[in-house]
Amino acid sequence: MSTTTSTLPAEKGTSLWQDAWVRLGKNRLALFGLGVLSLLVVVSLLTPWLAPYPYDLQNLELGATPPSWDHWLGTDTFGRDLLTRILYGGRVSLAVGFVATGVALLIGVLYGAIAGYAGGRIDAAMMRFVDILYALPFMIFIILLMVIFGKNILLLFLAIGAVEWLTMARIVRGQVQNLRHQEFVEAATAIGLSRWAILHRHIIPNTLGPVIVYTTLTIPNVMLLEAFLSFLGLGIQPPESSWGLLINYGVETMEEYPWLLIFPGLALSITLFALNFLGDGLRDALDPKASKD
Amino acid sequence: MLRFTLIRLLQAIPVLFAVVTLTFFLVRAAPGDPLASDKAMPPEVYAELTALYGLDKPVWQQYVSYLGNLLQGEFGPSFKYVGRTVNELIAAGLPATAELGIYAMLVAVLIGVSAGVFAALRPNSAQDYVPMSVAMMGICMPSFLLGPLLVLVFGLWLDWLPISGWGVIPGDKILPAITLGAAYAAYVARLSRGGMLEVMSQDYIRTARAKGLPEWRIVFKHGLRGGLIPVVAFLGPAFAGLLSGSFVVETVFQIPGMGRLYVQGAFNRDYTLIMGTTVLFATLIIVFNLLSDILSVWLNPKLRQQYQGSSQ
Amino acid sequence: MNLSLSAQRLVPAVAVALLVLLTACSAGETNVERGNREGILYWGNGTEPQELDPHITTGVPESYIQEALFEPLVNSHPETLEPAPGVAQRWQVSDDGTTYTFYLNPKARWSDGEPVTAEDFRWSLWRAMHPKLGNQYSYMYYPIKNATPYLRGDISNFDEVGIRVIDSHTLQIQLENPTPYFLGLLSHHSYYPVPRNAIEAHGDPWKRGSHWTRPGNMVSNGAFQLSEWKLFNYIAVDKNPHYHKADEVALNGIRFLPTENVTTEERMFRANQLHYTYELPADKTEFYRTNAPQQLRNQPYLGTYFYRLNTRIKPLNDPKVRRALALAIDRQKIVERITKQGQLPAYTITPPNTAGYSAESSLIYDPERARELLAEAGYPNGEGIDSLEVLYNTKETHRKIAVAVQQMWKKELNINIILRNEDWKVYLDSEKRGKFQISRASWIGDYLDPNTFLDMWIKDGGNNRTGWHNPEYDRLVLEQAPQATSREERHNLLMKAEKILLDEVPAIPIYTYATRHLVDPSLKGFSSNLLDRPFFSHFYLEPEPNPDSEQ
Repeated sequence: MSTTTSTLPAEKGTSLWQDAWVRLGKNRLALFGLGVLSLLVVVSLLTPWLAPYPYDLQNLELGATPPSWDHWLGTDTFGRDLLTRILYGGRVSLAVGFVATGVALLIGVLYGAIAGYAGGRIDAAMMRFVDILYALPFMIFIILLMVIFGKNILLLFLAIGAVEWLTMARIVRGQVQNLRHQEFVEAATAIGLSRWAILHRHIIPNTLGPVIVYTTLTIPNVMLLEAFLSFLGLGIQPPESSWGLLINYGVETMEEYPWLLIFPGLALSITLFALNFLGDGLRDALDPKASKD
Repeated sequence: MLRFTLIRLLQAIPVLFAVVTLTFFLVRAAPGDPLASDKAMPPEVYAELTALYGLDKPVWQQYVSYLGNLLQGEFGPSFKYVGRTVNELIAAGLPATAELGIYAMLVAVLIGVSAGVFAALRPNSAQDYVPMSVAMMGICMPSFLLGPLLVLVFGLWLDWLPISGWGVIPGDKILPAITLGAAYAAYVARLSRGGMLEVMSQDYIRTARAKGLPEWRIVFKHGLRGGLIPVVAFLGPAFAGLLSGSFVVETVFQIPGMGRLYVQGAFNRDYTLIMGTTVLFATLIIVFNLLSDILSVWLNPKLRQQYQGSSQ
Repeated sequence: MNLSLSAQRLVPAVAVALLVLLTACSAGETNVERGNREGILYWGNGTEPQELDPHITTGVPESYIQEALFEPLVNSHPETLEPAPGVAQRWQVSDDGTTYTFYLNPKARWSDGEPVTAEDFRWSLWRAMHPKLGNQYSYMYYPIKNATPYLRGDISNFDEVGIRVIDSHTLQIQLENPTPYFLGLLSHHSYYPVPRNAIEAHGDPWKRGSHWTRPGNMVSNGAFQLSEWKLFNYIAVDKNPHYHKADEVALNGIRFLPTENVTTEERMFRANQLHYTYELPADKTEFYRTNAPQQLRNQPYLGTYFYRLNTRIKPLNDPKVRRALALAIDRQKIVERITKQGQLPAYTITPPNTAGYSAESSLIYDPERARELLAEAGYPNGEGIDSLEVLYNTKETHRKIAVAVQQMWKKELNINIILRNEDWKVYLDSEKRGKFQISRASWIGDYLDPNTFLDMWIKDGGNNRTGWHNPEYDRLVLEQAPQATSREERHNLLMKAEKILLDEVPAIPIYTYATRHLVDPSLKGFSSNLLDRPFFSHFYLEPEPNPDSEQ
C-alpha cells in the first residue's frame, strides 16, 4: 500500500523525510552508529584540548613501548604518544573521508541523474566523458596537481573527490535509467508532471538507497586512498598523520610492535562500522517502498 | 544489440584519442626530468641522451611522431629500461596481471554475490549482519595490510602456502588472488545485498509471490537479474581498476606484473612507459565498461526491448 | 523458506571449495632447498636492472650481475680489496708511478671460446669513452693520460689517450699523475672489457640499448654467462665453461631476483626463497642481531649520509649558521634510535679509515656551542630565522631522520623546520637547480680512496650542488694531492682539504653507511668488504645438516 502513496503526485516531498526520521529512530544499530560518529566528530574538534601530549613530541630514548600508564596506547618508534597521534590522525582522516566523499557525492549524483534521465545522445556523450576521466593516469594527475599547487590538504580532498565521483555517477545513472521505465514514473510523465518535478520527487528519492550504500563504501575507500597517497609522499606531511598512514607504518612493524597496527586499525574499523550501520539504517529509512513485513 | 555495440566501439576512438592527447601533455607538464640521475652527468652526455629520445624537438613534433608510431602499434623505447621497447615490457607484465585479475574477480564474484544474496534474504537478522560485517572488514582492510597478514599466517606460521612468486612454486597464486579479490568481494557483497533488497520489494516480485511461484525461482530468476544491476555496473570499471590497483599485491607477493610497471613508470617519468600503460588501461576500461553496459541491458528486460526495438 | 535453505547451502559450498583449493597445494620445495641441491644461488638483487652493459649502467643491482659476468683486468681481494690478479696475471708500475704495464693471462677466454687480448681492453676503453655512448662514469677515466681532453672533445684521436697495446697479451696504461688508487679503479665495472664481436654484430658500438646484452647474444669473460632474462621475474646466469679458472668456481649458477620491497624480501628469506637479501628493514635488525646473528651481515660500508646546505642563500651563506646546525645534531641518537642498523655517527665526509685515511673533525655534538655560534651570527635563540626547509626524496628512512633532525634543531636552536619531500626525479631536479635550502643526500665511494669523497666538492663540481667553493680546497684536491710522491704526504694534503670542508660545512655528515644483508647459513665463502662487492666465484653452497629432512 505504501507503494501507491509514493506515486501520488499530490504527496508532499517533506513527508518522506519525516517518515525517514521516524524509521531511523527505531533502528537501534543505526542510532548507535550515529552516536559513535557524532562522538568522533566532537572528539576531533576538541583534540587540541584532549590530547595528552603534543602530537610531534619525540622521545628517541624511549622509542617504541607497549601501552603503559604514561602512554595508554604505547609509543611509536620515535617515542611519540600513540593516543595523541591517533587523535590527531582522526581529524585528518575524518575530514578527508567526509569532504572528499561529499564532493564525489554532489558531482556524481547530479551528473549521473542528468545523464540517466536525459538518455540518448546526451547520456552517451556524458558517459564517454566519464570514460575519458576513468582512463586518465590518476597518479600522474595527482602528482602534477600537488607539485603545481603545493601539497595542501584541501587540494587532496578535491583531487580524491574528483576521482571518486565517477563510479557514483555510473551507479546513479544505471539506477535512474532503470527507474525511468518503471510504471510509476511513466505514469507521472503521462499525467504531465514537469521533468524537474519527476527528477526531484521520484527519481532522486528512489536512487537514494544505492547512493547511500555506495557512500558508506566510498568513505573508507577515500580514507585508504589518502593513506596510499600519503605513503607515496603526496598527501599528509610529517609530522602530521592520519589513520591510514599510521596503519601503513604499523604493517611494517606488526611483528615487532603490534600495538602500532592494532590501535589505529581499531580506530578506523570502529569508524567504518559506525558508518556502515548508519548507512544501512538510512537506506532502509529512506526507501520509499519500505514496509514493515 | 549489435548496432549498440558497434556504435559504442566507434565512440571509443575519440575517447582513446583524448586520453592519448591529455596524457601526453600531462606527463610532459609534470615536473621532474626523465633523464635525471643522482650522478652528475656531463653536459655532452646529457645532450646525447636528450637527442636519442627526441626530447630536443618541440613538444608538438614529439606528439605528432608519437601518434604516428602509435597508429602502427608502436609504443616506443622505454626511458628507464635501456634497449627495451614499451611493447616488450607490456608483453612481459600483462599476462601475470591479467591472470591475477581474473582470479581475483572470480573470488570477488563468487564470494561477494553469495554473501550478498544470502544476507538479503533475511535482512536485519544474524544471517544479514555476520556476512555484512565481514564484508565491511574486507573493505576497510587495505591490501597492504591483508596481504602481509595472509603471508604471515598462511605462509610463515602455518607454512601452507608459498608467499612470493608467480607460477614458480605450485600454489603461489592463491594468496595474491585472495588478497586482491577480498576488497572487491566485500564491495560486491554490499552492492548485491542492496540491489537484492531493492528488487525484492518491487511490484513484480510481489506479483510473482502472489502467483505462488516457488521462492527459489523468484530469487534466482527475477530477483538476481535486477538485483545484480548495481554489481554489474560496478564490475566493469572495477576490473580495469583492479588491473592498475594490483600494484600493492604485486609488490607484496613479488609478482612480475603491470601494476609495478605503471607505478614505476610514473615515478621514473618514463614518458613512453606511462603512455603505453595508460593507453592499454584506457582500452581495457573502455572494453570492460562496454561489456558491463551490455550485461546491464541484458539483465534489464525493459531496456533490452528498447534496444532491440531501436535496432530493427 | 526453502530458498534460504538453498542459499545456506551455497555459502558453505563455496567455502569448502576454497578450503580444498587451499589445502590441495603444499608449499613444495623451496628455492633454497632446490638451489642447494643444484648448486644455484638465489640472490635478492633489489630491482630490475636497467641494462646489463657495464659501460651504461650506474646502479648497484646491475653491478652485482656484472660482477658475475665479467672479470676485470685487475681484481680485488674479497676482504681487503687489495689489488689481486684478474685477467692480468701480474703488472709493473714505473718508478714515477705513471706507467702501468699489464701482462694478461694467455688462458683468459670469452664465453664463446675466443681469447681475451690486450686489444680487447683497448677497444673496450675506446668504446666506454665514446661520447655518443653517454657513459655517466666518464670521471672514472680522468686519471688516464689525455682522457679528460678526449672526453671533453678537445682531442678526437683516441691514439693520443694513454692506452697502448704492446703485444696481444701486454697492455700499457699511461697516467696523468701517479694515482695510487688506480688499480682499484680497474675493478670497477666502467673498466670491464666488453666483447667487440658480439657488440658489433648488433649495431654501432656506441648504440645504447643494442641487443648484445640479451640471452643468446651476450658474450662475457667472467665466471658466469647470461642464460635467461625474464623481465621483472629473474635473471639467470650459468657457469661459464670457458672461464680460465672454471674449475675453481663452485656455483653452477645464480638467479638474481628483483626484490623491490624490503619487507617482502625479508619474508621471502624467512620462507627460504632467498640465500641472500639486498637489504633488511631497519626494525628487523635487532631481531636478527639477538636471535640469528649468524644470518646477519652488518658491516661498515664506504658511504656517507649527509645534508647538503645551499650556501647561496641567507642565512645558510654564513658558515657560523651552518656550523651551528651541524653541532646541534645528535648523530649518536640517530644511529642508535632511528637507523638502528650498525651505521656509525659521521663527523667527517670521508668515512674514517678509508684506505688508511682518517680526517679530523670538529663537528662533534655540542648544542651549547651551537647556540653561541648562532648568536654570534646574529640570530640569538633562532630569532631572525623565519624557518628553514629540509628537502628529501620520498622514502620512509629519509623521513624518519628528517623528523628527528627537525626536532633537534627546534629544541636546541629554536629554528622552525619545514619538511619537504619530493619524488625522486623532482628531488634530483630541485637539487641540481639549487631550489632547496637543506637537502638530504648520500655518496657511496666508487673505489677505496678518500679522493672519491673529496673531488666532488670542487668549484662547480657536478655533484657539489651547494654553491660552495674554496680556491685553497680546489688547489689541494686537484693540484697538490695528485702530485704527492708518498702516500703519507698525499693523505696529509687531503686531510688539510677536508679540514677546510668541515670548517666551512657546505654539507653536514650524519652517518657512515653499513651493509645490511641476510645470508642463508648454507652460503659459504661469503666475505664482507667496504665496497659491499660480492665475489661470486668464491661462493659455495653447503647445506647445514637438517634434522627435519630425514624422511
